[in-house]
Amino acid sequence: MSGWFGNVVWSDIAIATRDTLVMLGASLALTVALGIPLGVLLFLTDRGQLAARPWLNRTAGVIVNILRSVPFVILLIVMIPLTLALVGTSLGVAGAIPPLVVGAAPFYARLVEQALRDVPRATIEAAQAMGASRWQIVTRALLLEALPGLVSGATVTAVALVSFTAMAGVVGAGGLGDLAIRYGYQRFQTDVMLVTVALMVVLVQLIQFAGDRIARRLDHR
Amino acid sequence: MIALDQVSKRFPDGTLALDEITLEVPRGSVFGIIGRSGAGKSTLLRLINGLERPSAGRVQVDGTALETARELEVRALRRRVGMIFQSFGLLANRTVAGNVALPLELAGMSRPERAARVAALLDRVGLGDKADSYPARLSGGQRQRVGIARALATRPDILLCDEATSALDPETTRAVLDLLGALNRELGLTIVLITHEMSVVRAVCDRVAVLDRGRVVESGPVDTVFGGEAGHAATLALVGTGA
Repeated sequence: MSGWFGNVVWSDIAIATRDTLVMLGASLALTVALGIPLGVLLFLTDRGQLAARPWLNRTAGVIVNILRSVPFVILLIVMIPLTLALVGTSLGVAGAIPPLVVGAAPFYARLVEQALRDVPRATIEAAQAMGASRWQIVTRALLLEALPGLVSGATVTAVALVSFTAMAGVVGAGGLGDLAIRYGYQRFQTDVMLVTVALMVVLVQLIQFAGDRIARRLDHR
Repeated sequence: MIALDQVSKRFPDGTLALDEITLEVPRGSVFGIIGRSGAGKSTLLRLINGLERPSAGRVQVDGTALETARELEVRALRRRVGMIFQSFGLLANRTVAGNVALPLELAGMSRPERAARVAALLDRVGLGDKADSYPARLSGGQRQRVGIARALATRPDILLCDEATSALDPETTRAVLDLLGALNRELGLTIVLITHEMSVVRAVCDRVAVLDRGRVVESGPVDTVFGGEAGHAATLALVGTGA
């Protein structure tokens, strides 16, 4: 042990950072891929909307709310059988991705739903009046008009996923959270704790900065 | 061209928005529907392109019977019926040219054809230099011109105007109405417009129907309806308060 960061094994930090980024990237991509259709469903099937189906809307809403109310640490554990079935392991980066997506997608779906609600009614009506089909209204008008909101929502979700990946570290997912817990917390290596937390702070700042920039670029309102 | 026969519309909440409306809009005319807010004008206009379906009665538009038409037929009709809105209904994240091109994309027109048609339309409404601007950068009058160009993109026979000038100042209103009048004469476009402003009817319409609490209380040539001494109370109220 020498110097201020005597306990820090930088190659471990590099591996953990890579693992965190892989978990984050993969789970964010899947969350967006699932969250957008789910959000569109929640929006379109609501009363007074283009595909009003009150029963379907309520069912989807209840499922989303249930998934959102389960604490992520609990979700990690109860999902183990499903995770095993999906990716063959409940450990490591691969094992973390299914619970991360199941935890984040319902959250993102609600943000998507809200972004779609912010599209002015007249815009949808204008597309209808042009003879657009429902699919065309969604793909050519609604999603385009909601795009800045979809990006802001993905940014918020990505930041939430950073802290989720750290929690996934508890059950052996690897990544920066795993290092922080095993070395920083359990072995009292404060320097390791500091480095990992600092890296996560930087990561969150970068995500927010990039997300804000992209959303602003896409917004012509 | 457009014929409504004993048309009623009752909403799911039980309100009767339209009560046995019978109307005929001759081809090539500029037809005004005037009434106070809540009179049912908006619902009436939306029956013509199938955004609302009648609860009873018959709606014939350009050979399509809308009370029985299927979704696909209604969508085909909508390509022959343009519509413009009080709040314009433009896509904020598409450029002016992109907005005008949208109905052509939906109709499956090729890109070069679209580009040519969009350029011609924008020139016609006096916005040839704004093709690459976004709607937020335009004035209200310019936005409505984009709305008009977009509504005319598929070369419809009918144009529906939903309080199209109500968000505009008097001068801009005048210019937009002049444009609509010119398009009516040049293209033989049939125009149906709803408004609560007498001055709009006087400026462009040749026929008018007065709507009051879901009923047509008077209709006919503008001069007859607004010129005669005796008139329905609702008409008199509009004449009295209107411009």
